[in-house]
Amino acid sequence: MMPSRLTGLTKRMQLGRRAVIAFPLVWLTLFFLLPFALVLKISLSEAVIAIPPYGPLVEYANQTLKVVLSLGNYLFLLSDSLYVAAYWGSIKTAFISTTVCLLIGYPMAYAMARAPGRWQLILLLLVMLPSWTSFLIRVYAWMGILSNSGLINNFLMGIGLISSPLRMMNTQFAVIIGIVYAYLPFMVLPLYAHLARLDSALLEAASDLGSHKFNTFLNVTLPLSMGGIVAGSMLVFIPAVGEFVIPELLGGPNTAMIGKVLWEEFFLNRDWPVASALAMVMLLLLLMPIVWFHRYQSRELKE
Amino acid sequence: MMLLSRRPSFTTVMLILGLLFLYLPMVVLVVYSFNASRLVTVWAGFSTQWYGELFRDRQILAAVWTSLKIAFFSASMAVCLGTVAAFVMTRYGHFRGKTVLSSMVTAPLVMPEVITGLSLLLLFVQMAQLIGWPADRGVATIWIAHTTFCSAYVAVVVAARLREIDRSIEEAAMDLGSPPVKTFFLVTLPVISPALAAGWLLAFTLSLDDLVIASFVSGPGANTLPMVVFSSVRMGVSPKINALATLIILAVSLVTFLAWYLMRRGEAKRRAQLKQVDSI
Repeated sequence: MMPSRLTGLTKRMQLGRRAVIAFPLVWLTLFFLLPFALVLKISLSEAVIAIPPYGPLVEYANQTLKVVLSLGNYLFLLSDSLYVAAYWGSIKTAFISTTVCLLIGYPMAYAMARAPGRWQLILLLLVMLPSWTSFLIRVYAWMGILSNSGLINNFLMGIGLISSPLRMMNTQFAVIIGIVYAYLPFMVLPLYAHLARLDSALLEAASDLGSHKFNTFLNVTLPLSMGGIVAGSMLVFIPAVGEFVIPELLGGPNTAMIGKVLWEEFFLNRDWPVASALAMVMLLLLLMPIVWFHRYQSRELKE
Repeated sequence: MMLLSRRPSFTTVMLILGLLFLYLPMVVLVVYSFNASRLVTVWAGFSTQWYGELFRDRQILAAVWTSLKIAFFSASMAVCLGTVAAFVMTRYGHFRGKTVLSSMVTAPLVMPEVITGLSLLLLFVQMAQLIGWPADRGVATIWIAHTTFCSAYVAVVVAARLREIDRSIEEAAMDLGSPPVKTFFLVTLPVISPALAAGWLLAFTLSLDDLVIASFVSGPGANTLPMVVFSSVRMGVSPKINALATLIILAVSLVTFLAWYLMRRGEAKRRAQLKQVDSI
């Protein structure tokens, strides 16, 4: 082959390679990364009554270029205890829900991974199937179960255990049930993936060497499934912090969660700068968990 | 001792309880969709009237159609975008921007929806100011938003498959002089097609199900099914929504069963072929 043709070919291949890389890179930069810069920008602007309802950062008038970065929105978040309470409420609720998911999900995933081979796929589909139906409708199902005239209260009053209905709807308890119910499959899936890969020879070796069942679990199974625990917990915790639908439908008006507060600032108060500042602070709080999740995921991708 | 070993283990009991926890609320939805009473919590006899009312509700029917259209086009575009992203991540060595790309592929999996929705809306507003597009938000903006977050899920599913398959087939094709593009379409794509189908279905259900992001980026013209359902359930429980839930659960169960059946048949076929090879 002539050298010039060869370099022509490699050049064309290089160009093709770049085009292939550019397609997802440009799309995601434009529609995923760039929007965050805009959120930052608008969180630093002032709210005005206009369309769109925020003021400009850069103004040019009377031969002076004015760059106004307003920190007012962030200071406003700190000054009003409503917002601090909402952040704290979200993190607390998400943390409790994640722990409950882990406590229910781990034994489930363990049993699935130990089930006979032909059962494993069926069990996996059974666990995942609810998450493929409608999220909204699954949360809605709990409204009919937990309300004052709902199934649980009707049943308990019917058998005479209680005389007046227990208040379960519009409480933090209802929000936690809703999150656990909606996100449990996302906890079980990565746990199962890790536990199924676990080499049973390791467990046999431990038991042959006289290790007690519980010690084997603590020293062999648990450390080897750590990747699944991290992935599952992050898949529940991070979206749960920003959850809107569940606190809105099950938590009632008094539940302070940040996703709901952001929604109300945006849609009801039409205060876009404060909503943006709320989003930026939420992102900052979630940055560590997101980076943790990403590290774990990219390790998975390399394997 | 015999009795002890037959007793189901703690984890098996938890698995059964966990599955009951996942399915009982859905069973309740289905049962009460056939309730004659408007009150969802009082049983007043069997009736299918709510299904009739559901099919007469023009607003819901229009929203179903809008949602199906958006989900179809979002899933199709997300499969293209996600597959290319997965291919680039697994098959190309190091390149500039790889870290950024891999972060942008995994971050949407966990990003709270309110943040994604708000940020995309601000982008569309800014774009409308700068280049005049999109003048009206609606189906097109929801399509872009859904494609973006669904492609992350597709990329994860497809990347897992790309890492699993035997790379020597692709290398053999290239060694025999097949150009990369041809190798991809004739060798790689057929092998990963089950993952593409799974990714498409996942993207389709995710798009169909999204309320928060669609609410942010939609305009007055386009109402998706979750938006209509949400404004209805906010007012309280309604038997019409139970009927809709039953139909959704039925459709998802049928598709899942079909997928399971096809997977099982594929497995059986492979085993039979292996047996044939052994007997020769």
